[in-house]
Amino acid sequence: MSLAFPFSAIVGQDTMKQALILTAIDPGLGGVLVFGDRGTGKSTAVRALATLLPPITQVKGCPVNSERPEECPDWATVSDTDLVERPTPVVDLPLGVTEDRVTGALDIERALTKGEKAFEPGLLARANRGYLYIDEVNLLEDHIVDLLLDVAQSGINAVEREGLSIRHPARFVLVGSGNPEEGELRPQLLDRFGLSVEVRSPTDIDERIEVVRRRDAFDMDREAFTAKWQLEDAKIRDSILAGRALLRKLEATDAILRDCAALAVALGADGLRGELTLLRAARALAAFEGDAAITRDHLAAVAPLALSHRLRRDPLDEAGSTTRVTRTVAETFG
Amino acid sequence: MTDGADTARTQRALAALAVDPGGLKGITFRARMGPARQALETALRKLPGPQHRIHPAISDDQLFGGLNIAASLAEGRPVRDAGLADQPTMLTLTMAERTPSGLAARLAQLLDTDRGHALILLDEAASAEEGAPQALLDRLAFHIEPKEAATPVRLPAAADLDVARKRLPRVQIPDGALPMLVTLAARFGIHSLRAPSLALRTARALAALDAEMTVTDAQLQEAAELVYPSRATMMPTEAEDEDETPPETPEPDQANAPDTDRDQSLTDLPDDILVSAIAALLPPDILDRLAAKSTRPANAAGSGAGDRRRGNRRGRPLPSRPGHPSAQARIDPIATLRAAAPWQTLRRTGRNADRALVILPSDIRIKRFEDRSDRLLIFTVDASGSAAVARLAEAKGAVELMLAQAYARRDQVALLAFRGTGTDTLLPPTRSLVQAKRRLASLPGGGGTPLASGLMAAGDLAQLARGRGLTPMLVLLTDGRANIPLTGDPDRATANDDATRIAASLRAQGISGVLVDTSNRPTDTARTIAVALGARYLALPRADAHGISTAVTSALGA
Repeated sequence: MSLAFPFSAIVGQDTMKQALILTAIDPGLGGVLVFGDRGTGKSTAVRALATLLPPITQVKGCPVNSERPEECPDWATVSDTDLVERPTPVVDLPLGVTEDRVTGALDIERALTKGEKAFEPGLLARANRGYLYIDEVNLLEDHIVDLLLDVAQSGINAVEREGLSIRHPARFVLVGSGNPEEGELRPQLLDRFGLSVEVRSPTDIDERIEVVRRRDAFDMDREAFTAKWQLEDAKIRDSILAGRALLRKLEATDAILRDCAALAVALGADGLRGELTLLRAARALAAFEGDAAITRDHLAAVAPLALSHRLRRDPLDEAGSTTRVTRTVAETFG
Repeated sequence: MTDGADTARTQRALAALAVDPGGLKGITFRARMGPARQALETALRKLPGPQHRIHPAISDDQLFGGLNIAASLAEGRPVRDAGLADQPTMLTLTMAERTPSGLAARLAQLLDTDRGHALILLDEAASAEEGAPQALLDRLAFHIEPKEAATPVRLPAAADLDVARKRLPRVQIPDGALPMLVTLAARFGIHSLRAPSLALRTARALAALDAEMTVTDAQLQEAAELVYPSRATMMPTEAEDEDETPPETPEPDQANAPDTDRDQSLTDLPDDILVSAIAALLPPDILDRLAAKSTRPANAAGSGAGDRRRGNRRGRPLPSRPGHPSAQARIDPIATLRAAAPWQTLRRTGRNADRALVILPSDIRIKRFEDRSDRLLIFTVDASGSAAVARLAEAKGAVELMLAQAYARRDQVALLAFRGTGTDTLLPPTRSLVQAKRRLASLPGGGGTPLASGLMAAGDLAQLARGRGLTPMLVLLTDGRANIPLTGDPDRATANDDATRIAASLRAQGISGVLVDTSNRPTDTARTIAVALGARYLALPRADAHGISTAVTSALGA
């Protein structure tokens, strides 16, 4: 595996980076959807996450990355009780993937050669406690999407097929990216993503030059470039760790809850998931910035991320929803 | 552009790729089978390093390696096959226009790992709507579309390439080069930032080839000419205009400012010489192609009332069949065991005596499912003068309503309009309704009624959609008063003959559909066309948009 482009060296795209960091602080936020043009660093940012995130501790050889030996599933027959440190898993889910590969299935090798009934874990098992990345999520086949939604919500992957009955934890942050021109995402799937980000190619010429300059420097000498940015990456990593510790201490005051509700009502967002995500995202942001309390500024900063994809929308409506959220925030908070 | 210049570009692109295959990622070569392509393939074979030819239907096992079931069964232990892409190699993908999105995603991932893979796409697309997946095109440095040129493509000697490859890491880039390439890309409306990166690497590879230690202006220009033309989304505006009204391009002052106080020779280059050089290489139909390219059809599948199709992965289960397992085919373990069961006693002899279960490759059963393919509604709208007077607005309204229904049913839609002397593809097959609505709203009316041309375009699109596994259906909104035949010269009688003839050929292709007569008084002409088409005829002299929409929905058996 070659070195990934350092996260902190990505020029611009601040909202995307912020959204990814927020999910690192509070994985319960429910995933990030990144929609935008080609060649804007979507894939780069997600792949950079793996090296940025603090490592996790897991039982050696456990297929679902369990934290403690007693959490290892029975079917895996893990005999080791040693704990090892490893990078947070970031698993790619390719478009043409079959259901077997995603959920896991009967281990055909062992079934045919040894006559044993064994379970071969799939991508969901590997993504447990980490990230599951789907590029071109809007082109993913419907039956895989349904399956992912179900697992993402319950946090448990249940396999009932070919005489197997297996359950294992599958708690992961879903990161999807795509190009909206190639097709839209079903509203049901949209709603399951906690945060959504629209990315554009930078239009500022200096910014574009800087992007190409850094990419070129990286391509020419990976080690040196990564070493140069290591310190910046470490700073973000420390803020994430500090943020995780601070997260529980941040209480939502009545005033903040009222603000959340007021915003959601003013925007006519479907269901209550919008408000909950808004609150959690604001808390994660406050924790990341090391603030003692959640304020309106935090709410205003994360409102477009948490709400723009939840607005009730006419499929033929062309108006940009991020603009609508920003405007409503300004009106509500006066 | 002469044939010689074409070959020269191909030669340089191939040489650069030979020097830096992992960095430049590859070439798209868009041409039908012919002398030009043969010349290229001959040259390709001479490129150094391992090469493999793959096709769009290649399985993941072949490409990335997997279990060899037959060998595993014979040996009694898992035997893995190595995939073609395990080691850095140059993959040549033939018939790239038929690449399914799943394979495109895998290949894109493979290229992103930066392990030194390169990809040659041989794209035989017949029309602008077809083509290799954008996800791949964006990642490959070069795109070559030769006119017929049979001149052999000559590559530098292998020893020279080796020397150039060794020189490559030490080639320096002058200070002003990077801003220049980025600015230039912006002027051609190239949004993806991969383009300037690739151009820079190309310039470096070319310098290494030319035995230079620093990239020169000539190589920068050449690199830009090789990388940018196929990606351009707009013609650069003239410098004078730009000063007054910079549209989406960046401010020229700001763009050129960094150059002026640096390398003097570079400041002259970008603006005029380079822009005109690249503009000359732009394909003449750039604007048409843009419309087609910006909306690639979504290949995602969903439910719909399309044709039945046999698959191996989803849908209603059918009885299992013997077959070979692969990534696309799922084994049915129960049926496999059932097939093997009667033979166990016989097989448990010799070296198999101590095995609990003896399964031979011939026992393997594959699951099969029956699935319905996506439906593609091809709206073909008569925007001629006669229709415009009557009710173009109503027809537009009806199409909009049907679009909303198509959204609910997860159908794909395409929009064609015929007027004057020809037909425009306003929207290639897509699910993006916003696009459809936008294109429809800006549809002007007026001119003759080239019904034959409209039907022909619809037929072509339907064929294309079939190739992609969609089920095309035609929704034709016209008053049937054809007056422009295929030749383009007004002649009512010939026009009607042409229209009827093409309608009959569509019927022979088995494209079902509905014809909505939009004339004020229903006439026999439209009915004749409907009969020839084998389509259901709906005369709706005074219906509103809602009426048309309801009628079409029920006629198509939704």
